[in-house]
Amino acid sequence: MTAPRNDTAPETVKANIKDLAGFHREIHAGVGEVLMQITDLTVKFGGLVALDAVTFDIRRGEILGLIGPNGAGKTTCFNAITGVYRPSFGSVTFDGAPVGRIKRHQITRLGIARTFQNIRLFSEMTALENVMVGADARHRTSVPGALIRSRRHRREEHEAIERSAALLHFVDIAHRGGEKAKNLSYGDQRRLEIARALATEPKLLCLDEPAAGFNPSEKSALIDLIRKIRDDGYTVLLIEHDMRLVMGVTDRIVVLEFGRKIADGLPTEIREDPAVIAAYLGVPDDDIS
Amino acid sequence: MSAIQERLSATWQRLLDWWDRLSRPQKWVFGIILFTAVALSPIFTPSFLDTPGISFGGTMAQFAMIAIIAVGLNVVVGQAGLLDLGYVGFYAVGAYTVALLTSPESPWNKMGPTGFFSAPWAWLSCVPLAMAVTALTGLILGFPTLRLRGDYLAIVTLGFGEIIRLLADNLGDITNGPRGLNEIAFPHLLESQQHPEGVFSASNSRGDANYGTWWFWLGLVLIVGILLLVGNLERSRVGRAWIAVREDEDAAEVMGVNTFRFKLWAFTIGAAIGGLSGALYAGQVQYVAPPTFNIINSMLFLCAVVLGGQGNKLGVILGAFIIVYLPNRLLGVHFLGIDVGNLKYLFFGLALVVLMIFRPQGLFPARQQLLAYRNAARELLMARPSEKEPAQ
Amino acid sequence: MNLAANITFNVGGLFDNFWQLTIDGLSWGAIYALVAVGYTLVFGLLRLINFAHSEIFMLGMFGAYFALDMILGFTPSGNAYNKGVFLTVLYLGIAMLFAMLVAGSAAIGLEFIAYRPLRKRNARSLTFLITAIGMSFVIQQFVLFILPKLISGYGGPNAQQPITLVQPKTQFTFFGVAVSNTTIVVIVSALVLAVLTDVAINRTKFGRGIRAVAQDPATATLMGVSRERIIMTTFLIGGLLAGAAALLYTLKVPQGIIYSGGFLLGIKAFSAAVLGGIGNLRGALLGGLLLGIMENYGQALFGTQWRDVVAFVLLVLVLLIRPTGILGESLGKARV
Repeated sequence: MTAPRNDTAPETVKANIKDLAGFHREIHAGVGEVLMQITDLTVKFGGLVALDAVTFDIRRGEILGLIGPNGAGKTTCFNAITGVYRPSFGSVTFDGAPVGRIKRHQITRLGIARTFQNIRLFSEMTALENVMVGADARHRTSVPGALIRSRRHRREEHEAIERSAALLHFVDIAHRGGEKAKNLSYGDQRRLEIARALATEPKLLCLDEPAAGFNPSEKSALIDLIRKIRDDGYTVLLIEHDMRLVMGVTDRIVVLEFGRKIADGLPTEIREDPAVIAAYLGVPDDDIS
Repeated sequence: MSAIQERLSATWQRLLDWWDRLSRPQKWVFGIILFTAVALSPIFTPSFLDTPGISFGGTMAQFAMIAIIAVGLNVVVGQAGLLDLGYVGFYAVGAYTVALLTSPESPWNKMGPTGFFSAPWAWLSCVPLAMAVTALTGLILGFPTLRLRGDYLAIVTLGFGEIIRLLADNLGDITNGPRGLNEIAFPHLLESQQHPEGVFSASNSRGDANYGTWWFWLGLVLIVGILLLVGNLERSRVGRAWIAVREDEDAAEVMGVNTFRFKLWAFTIGAAIGGLSGALYAGQVQYVAPPTFNIINSMLFLCAVVLGGQGNKLGVILGAFIIVYLPNRLLGVHFLGIDVGNLKYLFFGLALVVLMIFRPQGLFPARQQLLAYRNAARELLMARPSEKEPAQ
Repeated sequence: MNLAANITFNVGGLFDNFWQLTIDGLSWGAIYALVAVGYTLVFGLLRLINFAHSEIFMLGMFGAYFALDMILGFTPSGNAYNKGVFLTVLYLGIAMLFAMLVAGSAAIGLEFIAYRPLRKRNARSLTFLITAIGMSFVIQQFVLFILPKLISGYGGPNAQQPITLVQPKTQFTFFGVAVSNTTIVVIVSALVLAVLTDVAINRTKFGRGIRAVAQDPATATLMGVSRERIIMTTFLIGGLLAGAAALLYTLKVPQGIIYSGGFLLGIKAFSAAVLGGIGNLRGALLGGLLLGIMENYGQALFGTQWRDVVAFVLLVLVLLIRPTGILGESLGKARV
């Protein structure tokens, strides 16, 4: 079936990308069911209580926004969920199993991936290689296989390249795939981080202020990307400061203030919630609408 | 100073860019020509290259050994970014393993009628053993220490390197202490009437194809083999994991890289390669003693890697060449009443200081190639139409 | 296989001479402590392992020798001079001042030539380390090959002919422990210098400056603290103390003035700094004293040839078990 190159080509490629970049992992929670349950999560640093008995859930297939004024504990919550901090109290259950004391590098095996607030790419590696590091995490070959270039090694290497290239197409930076990460534009670097996180085949993708430093048009492009990610089957947890972005893309919002949850619901509800408005006191009404 | 520096670095950069523009087959042709020239250099030594004060073949043999060390240390320092100041310890373990098993002065000697080594094959059989023992040492050493970061790791490895040397010096009943172990085995190949013990024996010391040259050729073969194997590792998830650890260890962990395991692998592989070089050293010089394995040599090995350009396995080989060749070249040259060859550490010290100020990344930038199938990757990225059917 | 033949386990010997070993160990430890301060201050301030500090010490030794030889006119001889307490102390004082001068200047020169250009270029820590190693080579080789051409009779591959100002003699016995004059001089001088340094770091404006720069260089600059001046002064202090330690060392080991004489002592002093808590001034002092004592015990327990191993084993153990040392890192934490 060799159709002429120019007319079916984009479809073939697009179909391949969708297939390779989409969500394929085995997951217990059904769509709409609870994927992550956070109960009474408390994190203390010495005497300081950074998170105080926070309870909420994340449902499969949704985009959940986590917002709050500076110092509210969003990043702490994030880090506690992703295993970076050990909670002093409370529990986190993910896809049916409790998230206990896991080693940091096992977070992706659980199925949680994240981006960073201040971009942390591997600057000397190319964009494609960066994404491949994420893809590698799902593979099994190690030193012996690589030394002798075993069949499994070669197969996994091919798979990693295909999947990573597909992901670069997915976030629209494939044309810069061969450049070093440090040479990419700021916007492209943010997209690259997302692609790298997706390469680990996460059940839950956590984005930590992905729009920081973006102008409005870049922000709306980001909104499209996040929607595309969700449409492909991923679940997204989003920390953001920009209200317009949050209202525009999330399905539900959780609001923190001083380490406590003060509101939880649909964007329209949150917008009207007096406690939330009070927490953001000083922010003009236009920015919240 | 700045104008000269700019000119030099611009010229060097032009050279590097010219090399980059060559196509893959062209680079291979160049490489093969260069390799053949280097391999034949002890036989047809041009006068500007020759070392008047000392055997050229011997110098090249030494170069091969240090080149192997440089590649091994590059895996640890250049790729994985682990500061190892005690690498000479692995060199020592490899050399002493061979020595302890084959020297008649050693209580663990396994040569002769009671042992299981026969003279012609003893050295060859000891080499994999030396590598295994050294790798094990690296594993044992790495396990508790690789959780330390940066400077602390450097100090600990320094300490361990010295401890190994002091053990060799003080456990005289086993290692013969400062007197060292003599008459170590070497491969007996191409025995003839002229060379009754083979070409690798120290008795083959005249002419161009002396035992130094033969050891050099053996070393070259090994270097090629190691480069291929290390290259395979680089172009795999292992190499990518190492660079990721070097660039941002925490981010790597969060992306699923088991950083501790890969650091341990880097350490162990680096150790094994160091052990290989130690075995070569023991066989060639046929005598090992503690003073060789001191901190100064550890520093010199590090210099070779830094000079050549950490992360670039071909660059560090050139670094090794500079470190071995230059002092030997200058041996016998006198300046103001001082034998210039003796000033090697002075020059290296100065060269290091100057280099770190003006070109800290070394002579060759790290041109790592981390993908096994670069062309396939390029095609996929350019969104050229795929001939494959979409998966059902 | 007679491993035991190489390592004795002379517990009896240790217990019999315990206090003697301790006092003598303290005098060694005092020297280590003074040198350790140089390492610890620079590390605490810049997170740099100043590998060349051992060569600063070595230059201090040559400086002391120069003072006794050229300035004061003593000729090297196998016999001690014994000029009486007052004069001897005076001469030692002059030699120490000169040693401190030489070492201090060398330390400042080192910072200026080698480290400052790197800081200007935002080099990474491996780069600093390599430069430190390079400078260490350069200084050693300079003394080995170039110095003899500049000042005849100085440097070269052999140690300087010793000038012994005072014969080591037991001054008094204290509960069965013989305390010699050299021990007294070493411990007293070191004590005075240690107290002075501690006061300088903890109670003066300058000391606050060091701690400020260690914690937050940018803000310190905004507060009017000149970062470069603080760094220079820190190197100076380290150099001065190393020079003093050098003179004290030549009291105990007059035949140890040689181009390679700083190397081993430097590493031991560095181990001491790590042991006590790198970046911590009092840690360096404590670590030095502890190392001196432990070395003596080790030598008594295991045999003389294992003396040097003690330092390295302690170094490794500390880093594995408690990397921040006994008193913990703290120059950057407002508690020196």
